[in-house]
Amino acid sequence: MQHLHRSHIYGVMGEFGDPAELIHAVEKIRAAGYRRVNAYSPFPVEGLSEALGLKRDMVSTICLLGGLAGGVGGFFFQYWVATTAYPLNIGGRPLNSWPAFIPVTFELTILGASLAAVFGMLALNKLPQPHHPVFNVPRFTHASADRFFVCIEAKDPKFHLAECARILQEVHAHHITEVSDD
Amino acid sequence: MSAGQPPLDSPEIRRLTPVIGPGYTYGSVTDKISAIVLTRPTSIGWYIGFLIAFSVMGMMTVAIGWLIIKGTGIWGINIPIGWGFAIVNFVWWIGIGHAGTLISAILFLLNQKWRTSINRFAEAMTLFAVACAGMFPLIHTGRPWMAFYMFPYPSTMGIWPQFRSPLIWDVFAVSTYGTVSLMFWFVGLIPDLATLRDRSVQKPMKIIYGMLALGWRGSARHWHRYQSAYLLLAGLATPLVLSVHSVISFDFSVAIVPGWHTTIFPPYFVAGAIYSGFAMVLTIAIPLRKVYGLEDFITMRHLDNMAKVMLATGLIVAYGYFIEFFMASYSGNKFDVFLVQQRLHGPYAPYYYALILCNILIPQLLWSFKMRHNVAVLFIMSIVVNIGMWLERFVIVVISLTRDFVPSAWGRYSPTFWDWATFIGTMGMFVTLIFLFVRVLPAISIAEMRELVSETSEDEK
Repeated sequence: MQHLHRSHIYGVMGEFGDPAELIHAVEKIRAAGYRRVNAYSPFPVEGLSEALGLKRDMVSTICLLGGLAGGVGGFFFQYWVATTAYPLNIGGRPLNSWPAFIPVTFELTILGASLAAVFGMLALNKLPQPHHPVFNVPRFTHASADRFFVCIEAKDPKFHLAECARILQEVHAHHITEVSDD
Repeated sequence: MSAGQPPLDSPEIRRLTPVIGPGYTYGSVTDKISAIVLTRPTSIGWYIGFLIAFSVMGMMTVAIGWLIIKGTGIWGINIPIGWGFAIVNFVWWIGIGHAGTLISAILFLLNQKWRTSINRFAEAMTLFAVACAGMFPLIHTGRPWMAFYMFPYPSTMGIWPQFRSPLIWDVFAVSTYGTVSLMFWFVGLIPDLATLRDRSVQKPMKIIYGMLALGWRGSARHWHRYQSAYLLLAGLATPLVLSVHSVISFDFSVAIVPGWHTTIFPPYFVAGAIYSGFAMVLTIAIPLRKVYGLEDFITMRHLDNMAKVMLATGLIVAYGYFIEFFMASYSGNKFDVFLVQQRLHGPYAPYYYALILCNILIPQLLWSFKMRHNVAVLFIMSIVVNIGMWLERFVIVVISLTRDFVPSAWGRYSPTFWDWATFIGTMGMFVTLIFLFVRVLPAISIAEMRELVSETSEDEK
């Protein structure tokens, strides 16, 4: 019975009225041994990442790589154009006039790093993703306005519907709902 | 700082000069800002304003159409004055855009909370100003359909752009600036688009905002990466904004033309850009807060701070004018000395004196607390500064080009009807875009305002 049910639900969700309650709930739930827990909030809540035990993200590394690619690629592209593809002898001046290539190198570094940061962030977040099970919860529209949500996901090895509902009640969540997975 | 005075960012000071009116909750800021877009009926005033702006933009379309048919001969430019209005307006518009990036990126890095309610429309202003600016060099080429020649691409002709030329640096600086500003603005908008998606009632609106929101659901894991990306973008946009106007100043200062060939140009151009940009933010913010009743979000503290930034950058610009004078005299270079004399006594001297009046003398009123807290004065002042900064670019471009090294190369410049039609037309385009923006997107960042509510409620505890 439990197994049959389990394949149709994404998790159990509880609602909170302010960020402090949310953090408290997340800490309690994680202390109870749940690992597949996620929180939803209308603005970034300070301390929530730590409460959820999120590691340092990869965005800054991707951004660095993008910047390096833009800068190094940009410089050597100009070098190749000026010395090989289209050399222009202007009064015998050196073809590799590198100081003149710096402004474009700089701009391309910034461009590469910014593109990498934005598209890297979206890719890691798996966005765009038009539909997600959490949107099945009718009250979830408040997650983009004034309410805070915690979801214990069914993928958690410890997941048990009644048990999860109980722990959410313990941390005083309102409107505890099952999240259906379709 | 004297003992007993609270530090500038203490809760006490913040309560005295709030960045947000009292008594707001997460729900009420969301309601108030999203209502402007979703539920408030479009007022007659909006339609009238939009219609006027759109008509003025129509004049620009006609002017550009005529330009494409006839060529740049319809403008007042001719050798030796090849630059004229197109470059004056280009530099003016791009400068205006700089305040948007400064507010959204530099003030974000400096943790200035007051930026929150003005950054969204300041960024929008940046984008629209860059769009207006970008058009001028494009149409100034005479054959805008060939503009792709400026980008490096493997052509069958086997030619490549000249990367040693400041004009090509300009292409890269401005297009990077446009791209990064657009991304910064859009990334900031994503959570608010999700709010609009969740709050709109009509199906088509839900679908459009839903697609733009990319499926944002406020997940803590998403916010975690989002904040990193936003901080990185702010860190990248900061050197970028300083580099863009520096590169634009290279268009002038790399040339050996008297009055252009000076090392003060990059910092003085950047300061001038921020000066005119803050003036434009005030020009937009003052009517916006009045019409949409946003006095609790864009408070007197914001207007006061922006006026102070204007005063400070205005003084840097004044220093730039002084150094231009001093260096010309001190160098003893007779062409530079002659150019200074031409500014003071030449045929374009009235423009120079008007510039000094608008950019240096009148803004000194901002030292007074009373003036900074008089909304009408600030509004007029913002327009005066915008005119002054336009005159500055006119003086730089026209006086130097009309008084070159040899008298046989001297000339005169006067703009034609089509010059004015194009310039005023771009203002129509700018205002049209602003009107559309405040109607369909939240002009104030809702997510960041909620954060501000959260922080101010903590202060009160």
